Amino acid sequence: MAKVVEKKSAKRRVKKRSKGIKEKPEVAYDEEEEETITSEEEEEEKDGEDERKHRKLLEAISSLGGPRRKRVAERSEASVQMSEFTVTTAGEAGDQIDLSELIGTVEQTPGGPSKTAKQLKNLQRIKKTIESPLSKQQSQKIQRAVAFQKASAEVSRWSGVIRQHQRAEQLVFPLNQDPSGPKPMEKVVMGWKARTPLEEEIFSLLTANKQPIDDPVLTPADEASVRAMSLEEAKIRRAELQKNRALQSYYEARARREKRIKSKKFHKVQNKGKKKEFLRRFEEMVKTDPAAALEELSKMELARMQERMSLKHQNSGKWARSKAVMAKYDQEARRAMQEQLEVHKELTERVVQKEEEEEEEEEEEKLPEIVNDAEHGGDSSNPWMRGKLTQEPREEQKGDSAELTGQEEQEEQQEEQSVGLQQEEEEQQEEQQEEQEQEEEEEEELLLRQFQSRRKVRQEQFHPGPEEAPLEEAELLDQEHTGDVHLVEAPPPAGAPPPAGAPPPTETVAPVRKRKRRRGIELKEVLTKGTVEVQAPLPLSVEEDQDREEVQDREQVQDQRGLIREAFAGDDVVSDFLKDKTAQEDAAKPKLVDLTLPGWGEWGGVGLQPSRSKRKRFRVRAPPPASRKDTKLPAVIISEKRNGGVGVHQVSTLPFPFENQEQFESTIRVPTGRTWNTERTVRKVTKPRVVTQLGSIIQPMAREELLKDRRQKTVAMATRKL
Amino acid sequence: MALARNLRKADEEDNCRNVVCKTFASKMASAGDATPKSPHVEKKKPPVRYWQEAAKDATNENNAEKDQNESKQMPSKKLARQTKKKTQSAKKKTQSAKKRKQEMEQPDEKTFISGKVDPFPGPAPIPQDRMQKFRRKDKIEKPGRKRPKLNKMLTHSEEASEMAQTQAARFDLLLPEEAGFLEGDEGEDTCLISQEDIADAVDITSGAKYFNLKLSQFGPYRVDYSKTGRHLVLGGKRGHVACIDWHSKDLMCEINVMETVNDVKWLHSEAMYAVAQKKWLYIYDSKGIELHCIRKFNDVLRMQFLPYHFLLATASATSFLQYLDVSVGKEVAAICTKTGRLDVMCQNPHNAIIHLGHHNGTVTLWSPNQKEALVKMLCHQGAVRSVAVDKAGTYMVTSGMDKKLKVYDIRTFKPLNSYFIPAGASCLSLSQRGLLSAATGDVVQVYKDVWNSPVTKPYMAHRVRGTVWGLQFCPFEDVLGVGHGDGFTSMLVPGAGEPNFDGLDANPYRSVKQRQEWEVKALLEKIQPELISLNPIELGQVDRATFQQRHQDRVQALGYDPLEKEKFIPKYKKKGRSSAGGVERRKKKVAHEDQRDVIRRTVEDKMKAEKERKQKEMKTALLCSQKAALDRFKK
Repeated sequence: MAKVVEKKSAKRRVKKRSKGIKEKPEVAYDEEEEETITSEEEEEEKDGEDERKHRKLLEAISSLGGPRRKRVAERSEASVQMSEFTVTTAGEAGDQIDLSELIGTVEQTPGGPSKTAKQLKNLQRIKKTIESPLSKQQSQKIQRAVAFQKASAEVSRWSGVIRQHQRAEQLVFPLNQDPSGPKPMEKVVMGWKARTPLEEEIFSLLTANKQPIDDPVLTPADEASVRAMSLEEAKIRRAELQKNRALQSYYEARARREKRIKSKKFHKVQNKGKKKEFLRRFEEMVKTDPAAALEELSKMELARMQERMSLKHQNSGKWARSKAVMAKYDQEARRAMQEQLEVHKELTERVVQKEEEEEEEEEEEKLPEIVNDAEHGGDSSNPWMRGKLTQEPREEQKGDSAELTGQEEQEEQQEEQSVGLQQEEEEQQEEQQEEQEQEEEEEEELLLRQFQSRRKVRQEQFHPGPEEAPLEEAELLDQEHTGDVHLVEAPPPAGAPPPAGAPPPTETVAPVRKRKRRRGIELKEVLTKGTVEVQAPLPLSVEEDQDREEVQDREQVQDQRGLIREAFAGDDVVSDFLKDKTAQEDAAKPKLVDLTLPGWGEWGGVGLQPSRSKRKRFRVRAPPPASRKDTKLPAVIISEKRNGGVGVHQVSTLPFPFENQEQFESTIRVPTGRTWNTERTVRKVTKPRVVTQLGSIIQPMAREELLKDRRQKTVAMATRKL
Repeated sequence: MALARNLRKADEEDNCRNVVCKTFASKMASAGDATPKSPHVEKKKPPVRYWQEAAKDATNENNAEKDQNESKQMPSKKLARQTKKKTQSAKKKTQSAKKRKQEMEQPDEKTFISGKVDPFPGPAPIPQDRMQKFRRKDKIEKPGRKRPKLNKMLTHSEEASEMAQTQAARFDLLLPEEAGFLEGDEGEDTCLISQEDIADAVDITSGAKYFNLKLSQFGPYRVDYSKTGRHLVLGGKRGHVACIDWHSKDLMCEINVMETVNDVKWLHSEAMYAVAQKKWLYIYDSKGIELHCIRKFNDVLRMQFLPYHFLLATASATSFLQYLDVSVGKEVAAICTKTGRLDVMCQNPHNAIIHLGHHNGTVTLWSPNQKEALVKMLCHQGAVRSVAVDKAGTYMVTSGMDKKLKVYDIRTFKPLNSYFIPAGASCLSLSQRGLLSAATGDVVQVYKDVWNSPVTKPYMAHRVRGTVWGLQFCPFEDVLGVGHGDGFTSMLVPGAGEPNFDGLDANPYRSVKQRQEWEVKALLEKIQPELISLNPIELGQVDRATFQQRHQDRVQALGYDPLEKEKFIPKYKKKGRSSAGGVERRKKKVAHEDQRDVIRRTVEDKMKAEKERKQKEMKTALLCSQKAALDRFKK
């Protein structure tokens, strides 16, 4: 086999040479040497020919003049007359030897190898002239290229080592130092060698007597093999894996087969079966593993949510529409549509969770309105505390509340009025905006519109809508009955049972009022946590109150109710806040830019407005404002201004090797200082990249380094194989 | 059994040893269980001796023979090589086999020369929760092999962070002190346990920390503990100011400033404190000598000191929030909040943001870098009476005139819990471990864990002799200082203070020399006020602002636009060539030239774009060389 390959390569070589070696040389170096040798030979040949020619010329010249002289037999070298190759191109025509003649001789000779004959025949057939040898420059170029290749191959052997060094966390020069610090006991003992003559003598004695000198140490490859599992284990594992794979493939094949079945009935039956199975399992689960059942339930809930979100089974798709066209005539289509709807219904059906909750809801429904208006125990005088509370009122307080209803009503009216005023204001603001926007419209239209809108406002003022009137109030007092999931669902702490005096906060789930506000600010969540009343262990002393009044000179001696009233006279906290928020939002909104120049392309003057189309053309609409951070926090205004001070110290562009911000930030995230780290960590993190030992000579890397690298590689390979 | 308990108690004194012992014991137990079941665990063989060599040789020979048998079957070529190495390999084989056997017996355990086996190989395990405590970042997905440099960088940083985490978790053992809370007997409320009872029950030194100072003359007192918790300054409304080393009850100084005192505050160390008096802000040293009278700060009502920035933040009756850099004595920022009298103030220790409470129920957050509030939250329907933020900057507790106490998550600005306190809370203070103290008139109530689960009862309560005016937990102590109308009360609140102090940050037991050293270091590590922002991590993030925004900032900082083109001012020329018309002409020329430049550039850009587009088209056409029916009409 090897021989054949060699032959082939040789043939190729021949071919290449005949082509004139124009291709890039990828052959080995020794071949090139051959090449040079052949060219030298050719040159020698040429020289011989020249000599011959010269001689002939001389003879011819001598023969011209004078009678024919007897030629003196001269002894000369054969090579002068006859080329050593016996083939001379020049000279007498008769001298020329034809190839066919040669072949004939070859054929005649019985011992001649048939191979050469064949080759010669081939040569005869190919009547191409041999190309002239390469020029000096070209051949040198090729030589240079080959030399470069060689050198680069030599150098590239180092690339692994160099890469390792580049990637190393720390380089300590000179390299190959023994690590300082304590060594493990084994190494010290193993590495010890006899040095002094006495020691050597002892060792020779020991070896002579076949005493154990040192413990045999395993090579890394051996260790790896040892560490690997035993044959039986491996076999067992392999069998296991095989089995698994087979099972998987069976399963897959089956699934594929079933999937390919087109029968709808089959699938229907199958689905039904699955569902039944699921239900059965679920019921079992409820008994055995309620946690898992709950999870299943939540999954179902999720499915319901998704269904409610999507239009999947609502007969609004392409298919459904096509069916709807046919439904009038086609019984089947009608049924299909009906089925879809049923599926939707089934999926969106509420999962009944607990009967208790339902009962509670029913109770709530039964309770009269007054209950929700009841007041807290300690602060019947506090107007802020009125409203729906989380706690069940005590019976004494009911009377109180009844007494206070009159006052309440008054206050409510006041509030309503304030609300009305506010609305008016808002409406006016809107109008102004609208005016700005609608400037292009004609005056008549504009007037008409304003008139209409004003009329609307007036109407609203007179008949405040049933839903909009208690807006502020609802916002203020909604607080008690927002769904504080955390409070509602979390079981009371086992350690601290609620005291008898303070009834536990009842969970009231208020019906969610659907109200659309223009700005989308809902203050429902403001101040919206179910309050927990805290028991005071020590009551306040009366004396104390006097003390405080002395101190807080702003608060005068009054009953508490009056005091609070005074404190908040004309003080609508929530609406003020809302106003502030809307103002901030509006200020941040980009403004519309009007670039129209009156009088261009049309008449201008006092009282003349540029035309509508022109305005439309020259008005630059600002891009929609970026969403604010506080859009989902109704009770919070977050400033959108940039903090430039930090920006100066921040990195403004992503540094080189990083692809995204997260990568960079994660590398920056860990502090390196001593305040936050242990000493060892700090030393590791702030290790210098290159350490040179003072006063030591740093030698260039030797070849051993390469060998070491290779050895490591082979070891690694071996371990991987094992 | 009792002895065992005693032993365990003794062990608990040395935490480190304790853990090791425990793991040791458990391992030992498991090993003991294992021995009878597994017969393959053999006794360690002693090292080989020469008298055992004979038997070994025999086995060697056997092996050699085997080898020879094998080699006979091998082809003749390999035989020569084999025979050369034969002896060596035979030796090696037996040895390796032996080793393998040993390894099989103890797969994980490292063997020593002495024959001992390490029963607990590898580093000691660290509990998961402790690891979690010191986690700084999440793991990040690596880009794969495509980017070796980046990969390397990420792995290095990951390694470093992991090491920092594990090391920190390991060294957590060195914090031996533990905190505990008061626990009542069955049916007993902890809030009914009186201070006297507690003082009697605890040791003498702790019992001495409960004391009353009767100072009825200069009535209600403001209180401030120094950062180490060692020193206390009291400021009476009627001008009485006193500094006390309260551990030793050593009076450092006592003066009467003969003016109304609104607030007192320690500066970075116990050597200086600031007093907000009727008109100006004063700074005194610990001997009571007036160091400065700062006339730029007037009508100050409340003060906060930001220890890492060396900033004294003051809130005044004229609705000004001012920052004073005490290290250089310069006013850093003065912000007019336009919200009326500011008498509710606290700081967020996590990010050095100042929280102000206002009469309209809002709480605003401020930094010295912005003239408007960073955040404005509507918290109460009445005026806000007090605000407090916990140590980690997670929770904010507010109390208002509507008698409510609210807990907010200050990171998301969302309300968590709301409580109704019948008398309303006038002063709030949060301890290092999250206890909340609220003053209702003359009763001081302490609540435990107000944010996690709704609390219905206070953890502790104590009645003092006058209306509470100032309230602060002492750092690193289970003590609550209450300033009231009748003086000062130091209350014991078990579980309030952080039991382990950082000796390099705030060391209660430091000497004068140590304090001086700390002062220098702290000054060197001072954080500049520009770096105060809501999110302190922001500094380590890439600035995602647009170029325009950044340019704007730069312009603002420099006062001029560095990228602005210089305006052309025509040179003055003599001989009437600088006539108005000529100047105008020259200007126009330049303007035209500029405009031409612009136009040229835009045209070039357009051409380029067009060219690129065409090239792209060509490429696509080449790529999808399928010709359409009408392509032959194309030019």
